[in-house]
Amino acid sequence: MRNVLAIAQKELRGYFVSPIGWVILGLFALLFGLFYYAFLGIFVRQSMQMSQSGGPQSVNVNLYMIRPLLQNTSVIILFVLPMITMRTYAEEKRSGTMELLLTSPVTDLEIILGKFIGALALYAAMLLVTAVYVGLLFRFGSPEVGPIVSGYLGLLLLGGGFIAVGLLVSSLTRNQIVAGMATFGTFLMLWVISWLGDSAGPTTRTILSYLSITEHFDDFSKGIIDTKHVIYYLSFIAFGLFLTAKAVDSERWRG
Amino acid sequence: MIEVHHLTKQFGRVMAVEDVTFRVERGEILGFLGPNGAGKTTTMRILTGYMPATEGTAVVAGFNVFDQPLEAKRRTGYLPETPPLYPDMTVREYLDFVARLKGIPPGARRTRVDTAMERTRVADVRDRHCGKLSKGYRQRVGLAQAIMHNPEVLILDEPTAGLDPKQIIETRELIKGLAGDHTIILSTHILPEVSQTCQRVIIINRGRVVAVDTPANLTKRLRGAEVLYVQIDAGPSDPRPVLQRLPGVTRVGETDRHDGAVGYEVETASGRDIRRELACAVVGEGWGLLELRPTGMSLEQVFLHLTTSEEPRPETPAAEVPHA
Repeated sequence: MRNVLAIAQKELRGYFVSPIGWVILGLFALLFGLFYYAFLGIFVRQSMQMSQSGGPQSVNVNLYMIRPLLQNTSVIILFVLPMITMRTYAEEKRSGTMELLLTSPVTDLEIILGKFIGALALYAAMLLVTAVYVGLLFRFGSPEVGPIVSGYLGLLLLGGGFIAVGLLVSSLTRNQIVAGMATFGTFLMLWVISWLGDSAGPTTRTILSYLSITEHFDDFSKGIIDTKHVIYYLSFIAFGLFLTAKAVDSERWRG
Repeated sequence: MIEVHHLTKQFGRVMAVEDVTFRVERGEILGFLGPNGAGKTTTMRILTGYMPATEGTAVVAGFNVFDQPLEAKRRTGYLPETPPLYPDMTVREYLDFVARLKGIPPGARRTRVDTAMERTRVADVRDRHCGKLSKGYRQRVGLAQAIMHNPEVLILDEPTAGLDPKQIIETRELIKGLAGDHTIILSTHILPEVSQTCQRVIIINRGRVVAVDTPANLTKRLRGAEVLYVQIDAGPSDPRPVLQRLPGVTRVGETDRHDGAVGYEVETASGRDIRRELACAVVGEGWGLLELRPTGMSLEQVFLHLTTSEEPRPETPAAEVPHA
């Protein structure tokens, strides 16, 4: 565990001594802000229409503002997370520091977990920044806390899944750019895989939508924490890390 | 301290290391000599647990590197060909991270980092970023990294490659200074380095060990022919026919000439010492014998002899090891 922490800390520091961490954080805050502004506008217009037509109850801020916002965040991270994960292994291999890690008294699993936790911590920091925006809503309205918490949990799990895939892709190459592009492509594929099912039979459709990594996020954004989805994400992460371990090991044999 | 038995490593169809066996005693400095792509780096990577071997065993400090990798790694310091530095970290941050990685407890970390910096003399750049260091300093920080946990075994892959002559001498002194407490294997393709730092040499070519001995013995043992250098002042006459007629002489060659005196290289069949006869003959002719000494084969010649005279093995393709 001490080794995992040492590596995680090193990873996290690596993001912030190079501009990467700050750029990602800033970019993400900016994008989230744009979406926030857009949905706020829609929400305000909707409220005004409602009150003009004489509706007694106010518009649900969770339903019209927070839920679409979080759902769109899941798309933003599709673009941003490859930038976090692309360097994890590729950079170490290119600069030769992989030799330091692999000849130190730490196990492959500890290295992988350290890198995963480091990337996840940066991602959590990103989400924390957005929490400020969401917190503002409490100042001017009264949103429900439950769906917000479940939505963020869902985002964290979804991002964890993406990071596990990103680590795997990064471990397969020594070129950061290649790693970034391939990771982005893989994310997109995992995202749209359920669309393929629309024209297929019912069984195929169920299977494909089960496999789609974003499909499982829907319930979280609605405020439902279903163990089915939690287990899906956790097993997805475990499988991704397992494949990364295998990739690192096979690289050792091949030299 | 280090025992390697029948080590073999295959990359696809390429034999990088083939049936390598050797031992290194405690406190010894062993030189690993061979042309580029001979299998030096591969052997070292196997010893450090970076990659597994296809066949054979390697025991470092009493632990098998395949069965108990963590125990073996705890007792091994490794400096790869390119020092494994993180360019964005300062030297101090980097060494601190290495100390954590090597499992040094938090309380002892600071002193260990300081000691390592002191021994490798990098303390004056402690706050500089690793990416901005000169080649010499990088190498030394890499060395500080390797000795951080005070390992019993040090494995150094071309520690002086790319350094300028002054840095090379400094690094050599540094390595010799480490010898007492550590068992060291260092690889190089520069010959004088071996004779100056190592007690024993392994010459490896195309993945096979071709010779193991002390630098001096290696030179002696492999002297196929005895060569004498003789300088004669013969006046107007040519001493060559006289030298040629001596028993056992196979070749006489003129090497240098300075005002009157001429130097010759006299080669004889091995095992024959003809210095006495030669001196008598020269003096008997009434010439001046100015110099007479045996010239052994230099390590360069031995090395070339060993690594080029071997007949090519057709069953294995040229061992150009991929440098991963």
